[in-house]
Amino acid sequence: MAFKIRDGGVKNLLAAITAASLCLVISAADATPAQDRQNLINYFSAKFPSIPLDKYVYGALAFDPDAMSQYNSIMDFPPFGTTLDEAKQMWDTPFKNGKTYASCFPRGGKNIVGDYPYFDDQSAKVVTFEMAINACRVANGEPAYRYGDATTMGKLTAYARSLSDGMLMNIKVNGAAAQSAYDLGKKLFYARRGQLGFSCASCHVMGAGERYRSELLSPVIGQATHWPVFRGADSLVTLQARFAGCDKALRAQPFAIGGTEYNNLEYFYSYLSNGLPLHASVFRK
Amino acid sequence: MCNHASLIFVAGLVCGLGMINAASAGTGTPETGKQLAYDSDKGNCLACHAMPEQSDAEAPGTMGPPLVAMQARYRDKARLRAEIWNPMVNNPATVMPPFGKNKILTEEEIDKITDFVDGL
Ligand code: HEC
Ligand code: HEC
Repeated sequence: MAFKIRDGGVKNLLAAITAASLCLVISAADATPAQDRQNLINYFSAKFPSIPLDKYVYGALAFDPDAMSQYNSIMDFPPFGTTLDEAKQMWDTPFKNGKTYASCFPRGGKNIVGDYPYFDDQSAKVVTFEMAINACRVANGEPAYRYGDATTMGKLTAYARSLSDGMLMNIKVNGAAAQSAYDLGKKLFYARRGQLGFSCASCHVMGAGERYRSELLSPVIGQATHWPVFRGADSLVTLQARFAGCDKALRAQPFAIGGTEYNNLEYFYSYLSNGLPLHASVFRK
Repeated sequence: MCNHASLIFVAGLVCGLGMINAASAGTGTPETGKQLAYDSDKGNCLACHAMPEQSDAEAPGTMGPPLVAMQARYRDKARLRAEIWNPMVNNPATVMPPFGKNKILTEEEIDKITDFVDGL
């Protein structure tokens, strides 16, 4: 593809080169997930040589030492501690049949979340951790929670996910059906949507480390590791609610939380964070 | 190689065209070029561009180059306007929104913003 150089000179030439190298990063429509992840890591580490991969779990904070130290002091005494206590109670309280959530999961629910989402060949669907929670509820005679409900599903997972803190993300994409779910998520990530014509990649690949007005933009690698987040004491946001929030910002119609589109997007997203440690319920601005 | 990505981009763009700018329903006196450029529901140019010559251009973003000495680089104002109308012509992978093509701004609003940016 040829890029025309305008009389903007060096700056435009640079823009053209950046665009060309971006094209290399994003064009590989038939790349394997491992190649996608490696390409992005190469792209980010060339652009930000001083930020080691394990800092990507901090998102935009990794680019701003002041915000990072603020974050650390907030996390010493998180304002959402009470909510987490209530969340633990939800997890520990037995169902009417006497069984508990812990009975539904290996290791009583400890160190499992890094395996979610996984692709289930039988149902030919991506299964998120929230879907596994609902399956557990239904199997024990309880009604399913609504996926977008911060006060039930969101709150419960703020504790349930923390049982896997420190586990490394470990998403697998095996077989053609799993690959195609991953590819759909990837396509959504790079598609220009909404009136403004942004893609998720506009801000979280090309824009990572830059400011959108006063907001520092986080890179996509690491974004899936720390959910839900609290913005303040009790404003709880799940990963998919954040997807919807960014969709609104780009004036695109958000998809349903817990629906196939965002589940596929979460699958793609989580794969990109493979090898990074999970840490549930962190503070975000 | 690049064709896959461009195809995805184009497909996304087409989907975007049907969207309605909810913010454009405002009433009252029409905004000046500068106001339109600053307004976060209109040009929102400050989200990405610094304007070093404007003392009130606070907390600008860094996704795009600073808008400064524009006439030195865009001797032809029509080309400046064309860049704002659809920056994807020059750079298909740009993150800058195509303000005219996607009808984010009206033709008249783009004229005003072009005049303002031309003077930077
Ligand atoms: C116009 C810019 C823009 C676009 C486009 C955009 N985002 Fe964001 N996004 C932001 C900003 C600003 C934040 C808050 C700062 C940060 O963490 O990056 C954010 C944060 C996030 C976060 C939380 C990161 C964290 O660690 O807390 C996720 C996840 C996310 N975006 C996903 C998406 C997805 C998915 C899309 C596409 C549907 C998308 N974004 C498109 C601007 C954008
Ligand atoms: C989301 C980010 C973003 C927004 C919003 C944005 N731009 Fe840009 N703009 C860019 C980027 C990035 C470039 C660099 C060239 C490219 O990518 O094609 C650019 C380039 C330009 C150029 C060419 C500069 C040069 O040196 O050649 C002009 C002129 C311009 N923008 C004007 C505007 C105006 C006017 C607005 C608002 C109406 C605006 N931009 C909004 C990101 C943005």
